[in-house]
Amino acid sequence: MNKIALIIKREFLTRVRKKSFIIMTLVGPLLIGLVFLAPIMIMEMSDDEEKLIKVVDEAHLFREDIPKSKKILFERDTMPIETAKKIFDSEKYTALLYIPSNILTPPHKAILYSEKQANIEITSAVERLLQKEIENAKMIANNINEEMLESIRTRVDVNAVKITETGEQKSSAGIVSIVGIVSSLVIYMFIFLYGAMVMRGVIEEKTSRIVEVIISSVKPFQLLMGKIIGIAMVGLTQFILWVALSLLVTTAVQSIFLDKDLLTQKTEQINSISGHTIDENNPVSSGGNEEIVAEIFDSLSSINFIHVFLVFIFYFLGGYLLYSALFGAIGAAVDNETDTQQFMLPITVPLILGIVVAQSIISNPDSSLAFWFSIIPFTSPVVMMVRLPFGVPLSELLLSMSLLVLGFLFTTWIASRIYRVGILMYGKKVSYKELGKWLFYKG
Amino acid sequence: MNQTILQINDVVKRYASHTALDKVSIDVPTGSIFGLLGPNGAGKTSLIRIINQITGPDEGSIFLNGEKLKPQHTELIGYLPEERGLYKKMEVGEQALYLAQLKGMKKAEAMKRLKVWFEKFEIIPWWKKKVEELSKGMQQKVQFIVTVIHEPPLLILDEPFSGFDPINANLIKDELIGLSKNGSTIILSTHRMESVEELCSHIALINQSKKILEGTVKEVRNTYKSNIFEIEYIGNNIAFANGLWTGFELIETIAHEDHTIARVKLLQNKSTNDLLNAILPHANVLGFKEIIPGMNDIFIRAVQENKQEQSMAK
Repeated sequence: MNKIALIIKREFLTRVRKKSFIIMTLVGPLLIGLVFLAPIMIMEMSDDEEKLIKVVDEAHLFREDIPKSKKILFERDTMPIETAKKIFDSEKYTALLYIPSNILTPPHKAILYSEKQANIEITSAVERLLQKEIENAKMIANNINEEMLESIRTRVDVNAVKITETGEQKSSAGIVSIVGIVSSLVIYMFIFLYGAMVMRGVIEEKTSRIVEVIISSVKPFQLLMGKIIGIAMVGLTQFILWVALSLLVTTAVQSIFLDKDLLTQKTEQINSISGHTIDENNPVSSGGNEEIVAEIFDSLSSINFIHVFLVFIFYFLGGYLLYSALFGAIGAAVDNETDTQQFMLPITVPLILGIVVAQSIISNPDSSLAFWFSIIPFTSPVVMMVRLPFGVPLSELLLSMSLLVLGFLFTTWIASRIYRVGILMYGKKVSYKELGKWLFYKG
Repeated sequence: MNQTILQINDVVKRYASHTALDKVSIDVPTGSIFGLLGPNGAGKTSLIRIINQITGPDEGSIFLNGEKLKPQHTELIGYLPEERGLYKKMEVGEQALYLAQLKGMKKAEAMKRLKVWFEKFEIIPWWKKKVEELSKGMQQKVQFIVTVIHEPPLLILDEPFSGFDPINANLIKDELIGLSKNGSTIILSTHRMESVEELCSHIALINQSKKILEGTVKEVRNTYKSNIFEIEYIGNNIAFANGLWTGFELIETIAHEDHTIARVKLLQNKSTNDLLNAILPHANVLGFKEIIPGMNDIFIRAVQENKQEQSMAK
């Protein structure tokens, strides 16, 4: 046991002290922060200047001043459209909007002239504006007054509520699925990154031939386990540092760059990602926004984070242990990294399958597909995390977990048998048949 | 006192396509420098790996100090594999410390002894360097140190002199003699017969997975002694040859400017005195000595004879 501790210590320390680890640990959260920040920055930049649009309103659609929409200003002009086109000052105006007199009859066509191709943002803003105005005009023409109009306009909100033993819980499919998919992606990446690290470590020991010195002191199994555990600790350390630094960076970013306005925009963004459709014609009022923010917090609180976190750590480590043993076996079977390709396939296929399935089961986390993939140990670490925030029966969770532990013991057994033969085998291209034979070699 | 530190009994090791060791039994006496010899692919490495418990035997048993081999025994053995290797990206001192601890040494003790060895080999300035920055010879020195650092009673060295220049090879040789004097038993696997002659007290020869020869160097040499004598003389060559008419075989004569060297084999029951009596009347003898076969000759002869026997058996 003492010797495994020594090996773990070496595997951990040599990797944690590497420049690449330190750089990745520092740069990682910055990248995450950047991903977080980039859309906001882009929005901010494009929103910088106010745009001025000249309007020639032959239909007299607008009786009063045209309301300012977001960052677009409208300026009315009474001159005929031909003249307006001729004297159009592209320095001052972004575009020229021509509302023909027949706008109130189908097909309700208006024309937006501009020197450059008008962007979608402007076009859709203008479309929204006209649509609303035309609707109003039509309703008034049909004797529907403003009050009736207001009472007709309806905003529907479906609140998903989960019935649990302790009572009712509000839930929001959108937020819950984000939590699920993010954690399953993290597990997927972790398995690949650190599994490959185990594999490279084994190859390094094999090609540098130090392995023979070491296994004259310890059992090959101890060496493999020490390496796997040591690298798991490297991964956990990096993950925890990332989470801590990311929190630090995002809070810093938020407090420096974000004013309240942008925060609202961001929540809108989250809303649209999470599947809430925003009524384009009817931009949500600020009151609605607050409601949505409250809803997000509500549904976030519906997830039992401690529970999710503990299960996450379990699958995070379990998935890694299951696969890294196999990665180690591959490393032992080959002489250099380029030869690993042929053996990587059986490892990558279930993982990628898991991620594909994970994305498809978000919409139906209780399907039998979801059930089986979250039970089978090779896909369960990735798939279960997607299901988990939606609520998984304890019996299924325990079944999946114990199968994962069994799966881990099984792959480690296979891997250590391949490993102990492979590390002493040089200069030989190994086939699957050969690997099969190694399993049954005597100690 | 136990006279045999390592006892190998009828060890068999089979791989899928061939048998690497076929009922090999060897006794390594305590305190000896034991030469484990054999052509390439004879099974030496397989045997060494079994002794180091890197692999297990299919049949047979091995006793170290009278106890059946068990995992704790690895701490009593120092092993220098033929294919040397260290972690290239790791610092020399840290690595030596790690390997010493894997052999069961306490950190402080390992540190103390490492300093002594590093000083002896004049590589103290390299303590903080990465292994890949070292020359090959220097890496070999580090590797040798980590092999002997835990002062094991049994050392197994596979080609310990390869990669060393003559000066450093001598340095290693002196260290080996010193370790042997301090009571360590050393198993030396090498193809350099001159180092076998120089260092070894006992040898075993493995060929085609079987042990074909074992004993002290002296015994082995006597077995392969062929009763050939070299005589340096001045005199008439024809008269000299006539004198050896019966009971002797004149193998060759080499004429030098002022003397001749002849090789003569004793036949039947003739003794060296008979030979001298036969030649003294015809020649003025300057020198007389028995030709004792070198380990090189013995090696080649033993392997060839073994080959012939096997082809005859077939």
